[in-house]
Amino acid sequence: MKNLMISAATAESENPLAPNWWEVLVVACGFAVLMFIVVKFVVPMFEKTYAERTEAIEGGIAKAEKAQAEATAALSEYKQQLTDARAEANRIREEARAEGARILADLKDKAAAESARITEQAQVAIAAERQAAVVSLRAEVGSLATTLAGRIVGESLNDDERSTRVVDRFLADLEDQGTSKQNAGALQ
Amino acid sequence: MIALTLPAQDGGTFNPPGVNSHLPAFFTIGDFEFTKQMLLVLLSVVLISWFFIAAARKGKLVPGKLQFAGEIGYNFVRNSVAKDVIGGKDFMKYVPLLFSLFFFILVNNIYGTIPYIQLPSFSHVGGTYFLAALVYVIWIGAGFKVNGIRFLKLAVVPSGVPWYILPLVVPIEVISNFLVRPMTHSLRLFATMLAGHLIVLIAGSGIEFLIMQESVLMKGASVLVLVGSIAMYMLEALIMVLQAYVFVLLTAIYIEGAIHADSH
Repeated sequence: MKNLMISAATAESENPLAPNWWEVLVVACGFAVLMFIVVKFVVPMFEKTYAERTEAIEGGIAKAEKAQAEATAALSEYKQQLTDARAEANRIREEARAEGARILADLKDKAAAESARITEQAQVAIAAERQAAVVSLRAEVGSLATTLAGRIVGESLNDDERSTRVVDRFLADLEDQGTSKQNAGALQ
Repeated sequence: MIALTLPAQDGGTFNPPGVNSHLPAFFTIGDFEFTKQMLLVLLSVVLISWFFIAAARKGKLVPGKLQFAGEIGYNFVRNSVAKDVIGGKDFMKYVPLLFSLFFFILVNNIYGTIPYIQLPSFSHVGGTYFLAALVYVIWIGAGFKVNGIRFLKLAVVPSGVPWYILPLVVPIEVISNFLVRPMTHSLRLFATMLAGHLIVLIAGSGIEFLIMQESVLMKGASVLVLVGSIAMYMLEALIMVLQAYVFVLLTAIYIEGAIHADSH
């Protein structure tokens, strides 16, 4: 290195604060070129990238916020629908229960009415039968008594055996008559 | 600068390199000598342009390694210097200047740490005069542009100072702001670079001189110089980066002071 140098001893002494104007010129030109390149290319390129990056990030955030809002809206809608559906189901169940109860009550009423009707009819029929029986008995008891008395009178009343026979025969006749009369009544 | 002369032992005297030691010019055209400094300055322009255009060209949203490295450099000047110091809406206007200044000075300083190059371009004062003058013109221009002619008053009359002190303060402000400021701005960079460069050179030539001596003690002393020079070399590397930062930071502060002169 030393041999490359013009030694201090040989060079004339110079003031280090005095500029070499050629160097000033070279630095000025070099710096001007550098400034030009930086202003024209480097800074716009970096700033463009930054702007794009900012936009991408902000756009992404906006997109995410939108999606979030949509999701929230959809969720609340679903919840609303679910609540509605539950209420609907409850309502339907309540209605069905009421309907069932109503139907049951109706059927009970109907059954009660029917049974009452049947009972009444039966009672009416029984009363009618009874009335008919009373009427026919009334009509027949006289004639039967008359017939029986005639027969008794017609036979010897002393003979116990005979009288017993007569009574038995009478009763058998009576039964026969009663049966035929009943049959007649049923046919009527 | 320091006329350090060791007593002649075996191999004559030690002539340390000084401020008058220059490399021979590569070529000369008349009065114009094309020196190593000039070559390095031009090379720095090519290197910086090449690197940052290559880094910024693709402009991908998710940067690759090169782009990321470029963005770190650009962001440092843009945000840590321009935005933090100048702030507000005005800083973008000055980002290209600050960016160019920072990397221009940084690369030209770092040359001093690279073996074989080992010459910080601004160890010659001409370049720093130019850069400081450029900054001087720009901050004064910005001050007048923003504040009009009132800038003259704002720049030299500090607010809140009693009137009877003004005769004392105003001359000081004039001298410190308009005369001393560009001087210190340029000389700070130049002087640190020259001093660092000289230390490395003196250490280097000192080691060479000591090794050449026949005495073993003298040879052994060269190891001490070597160890010391490595420490100095590291310190120089730090100062080279630091001075680039300081120069740009001061530029930003001057511009900020000029465009916001009414609030100071």
